[in-house]
Amino acid sequence: MKLSFSAQDEQFRTEVAGWLNSNLTGEFEKLKFRGGPGDEHTYPEERKAWEKKLAEGGWTCVGWPAEHGGRACSIEQQVIFFEEYARAGAPGRVGHIGEGLTGPTLIAFGSEAQKEKYLPGIVSGEELWCQGYSEPGAGSDLANVKTKARFDEDRGQWILNGQKVWTSLAHEADYCFVIARTDPDSVAHKGLGFFLIKMDQPGVEIRPIEQITGTSEFNEVFFDEAECDAQDIVGAPGDGWKVAMGLLGFERGVSTLGQQMQFQNELDEVVALAKTNGAARDPIIRQRIARAHAELKIMRYNSMRMLSGQSGSDGSLQKEALIYKLFWATWHRGLGELAMDVMGPECEILDDGPYELNRLQSMYLFVRSDTIYGGTNQIQRNIIAERGLGMPKEPRVTAK
Amino acid sequence: MEFAFTEEQEMIRDTAAAFLAEVSGSEAIRQVMATEQGYDPALWQRICGEMYWQAIHIPEAYGGMGLGYVEVVAMMEQMGKHLLCSPFFSTVCLASNALLVAGTEEQKSLWLGKLCESGLTATVAFNGGSSSWNADAITATWKRSGDDFVLNGNYRYVVDGHTSELLIVAAREQGSTAEDGISLFLLPAATAGVTSEWLPTMDQARKQASVDLSSVTVGAEALMGEAGRGWSQLAKVLDLAAIALAAEQVGGCQQLLDMTVEYTSERVQFNRTIASFQAVKHKAADMMLQTEVARSGIYYAACVAQEALFGGELAVELPEAASIAKSYCSDAYFAIAGDSMQLFGGVGFTWEYDVHLYFKRAKSSEQMLGGGSVHRERIAVALLDEGVVS
Repeated sequence: MKLSFSAQDEQFRTEVAGWLNSNLTGEFEKLKFRGGPGDEHTYPEERKAWEKKLAEGGWTCVGWPAEHGGRACSIEQQVIFFEEYARAGAPGRVGHIGEGLTGPTLIAFGSEAQKEKYLPGIVSGEELWCQGYSEPGAGSDLANVKTKARFDEDRGQWILNGQKVWTSLAHEADYCFVIARTDPDSVAHKGLGFFLIKMDQPGVEIRPIEQITGTSEFNEVFFDEAECDAQDIVGAPGDGWKVAMGLLGFERGVSTLGQQMQFQNELDEVVALAKTNGAARDPIIRQRIARAHAELKIMRYNSMRMLSGQSGSDGSLQKEALIYKLFWATWHRGLGELAMDVMGPECEILDDGPYELNRLQSMYLFVRSDTIYGGTNQIQRNIIAERGLGMPKEPRVTAK
Repeated sequence: MEFAFTEEQEMIRDTAAAFLAEVSGSEAIRQVMATEQGYDPALWQRICGEMYWQAIHIPEAYGGMGLGYVEVVAMMEQMGKHLLCSPFFSTVCLASNALLVAGTEEQKSLWLGKLCESGLTATVAFNGGSSSWNADAITATWKRSGDDFVLNGNYRYVVDGHTSELLIVAAREQGSTAEDGISLFLLPAATAGVTSEWLPTMDQARKQASVDLSSVTVGAEALMGEAGRGWSQLAKVLDLAAIALAAEQVGGCQQLLDMTVEYTSERVQFNRTIASFQAVKHKAADMMLQTEVARSGIYYAACVAQEALFGGELAVELPEAASIAKSYCSDAYFAIAGDSMQLFGGVGFTWEYDVHLYFKRAKSSEQMLGGGSVHRERIAVALLDEGVVS
């Protein structure tokens, strides 16, 4: 068991930090610490330009294999990249869904034609993606999707009808991957397909959802006779669930280390505030800050353990990785509450009207979604108990 | 970066687990915990003679196996899981560490040699009866008398203090305060003026004692390090011990989780196993989360401890890593023990079932060397008390 990085990896760290230091300047300076979760609505154009800048430097898709245009970084180097990226305060990535989800899914399950058509646009930072999973009737029960896909022989196209919800970045995205029912008589996990849909077409309508922050990073997406080329279904009709679940494995990869660096930035702000406004003298606040600090440190060790034990190119992880989402989401929600309690009565006062939240206020409100999206805490506990501990599955109630 | 056990470390852990499953079952624990001595001398001789666990991280130069603190932590995790009643923690995690950190070459050669060879038992005494577990807890005193030192005072919460053959005691120079004036001394238990007395404890599986020093006069050979400058060394020893104790706590967490999943998967109510209810599953899920998080904390701390003892750049992180591990693991163990007892229902409240043994250990190990709030305050001091506007 050893925790130090090799000299070669430390040199890589210097290279990453150096590149960010000399490129996150000028027009990009204002993007520092912006565009993360809860702040996705800021500077969309500048952040798209930043994606291309990253691509020029070869800093997109660092963990992808070289044959698909990636940098083929080792796990250690990916960890270093995401840590340095967050440490530098580089902005939230508008390309993260394509890089983190679409790409690995296509590399694992896509056809050669799909890889050729979609991977280069992700690597170059020019084509952005969003994720069409949840529906009004398919939240925690994701398999209950009702969006339908029928194949129109004459047009040689799949035709989609239905509604997706909680689609982040839909209004910026060029493409959306969608799970939809290919067999209209099927239920649950069977009879689903995984589609790659072009957003700019008459059959796709996007409506932003106004959140408790007063901002909108999530959207509703309506498909009304939306078209999808015959070759843009990943896997066969009926394979959709398998592909969708494979993809969820990629969601828990190395980028979690970068997320933790962002958490560290937030906690640093809370600590600095507590020291200046006197909250650091309150014994209860001291305990809470120390706990937050300790648990964030362990979160990092937990990720390192998870990554050291990672196996399987299909994104599968060891069972201790199951706890990760529940742990970070609950921690982050607690940080939001701590931030407001450190601010004291000032937590109520906004930067400006009508509803200009500062960074900690925005974080406090937005983190309420952390324990809901991507599998609620309750669903996470079911998964841990069933897959991690082998306890009985929830009994299925069949619809009448 | 390889944050996982090596094959050799896995083998050591698995060997320990198999041995402990054989020698430290429920019946054996109950038999020995009812005695004042608190361990089976024949088993301890077997551990020292056959397994050589007492020598695990002692360098080969002193007759040890020359392995590291990661191995100690892996062993302690297994001992916590099987609730082994033995002087391992006091001898290896307190006294051996004190010798390694503070002993002179002569003291190390002599005492570590004896420890490896004969299974000598030893412990560290420093706390005069305080819940702070810092330098203020040291109330026993020393003064010079010619070339000799005269020690007076008493200690509580001395792990295995009534059975240890060697005591390493901390005392402060008369009139000194806080971290000043502290020295460590080596006292064979038979030294004139030393009396140890068993303190009956709620957790019967770990024995505690009080130690009284009444005009104990020792020569310079008993002094460890430089007179009056012992606090930083003792602090290091206590951090190393806290990490070992946290590892023991993780073992207990895992055992409780396993026992609870097994029991709830068998217990039927309302015509279904109670493990099929979400109210039960979700508690079990939280138990697994806490166990795995705690484990990540101690493995990291083990790597830090290794470098603190034997060199490396992580050494500076020792106080923080120890406090992170001890605070998280203490809270996790007690929470899991409470939840486990709840999920066992009525039978978990009986003397017959083993849950109470772990429930009691969870509280005793939480309080030993400082609980969650003590260690979080240590973290808070480091984090918050520099550059504060007062």
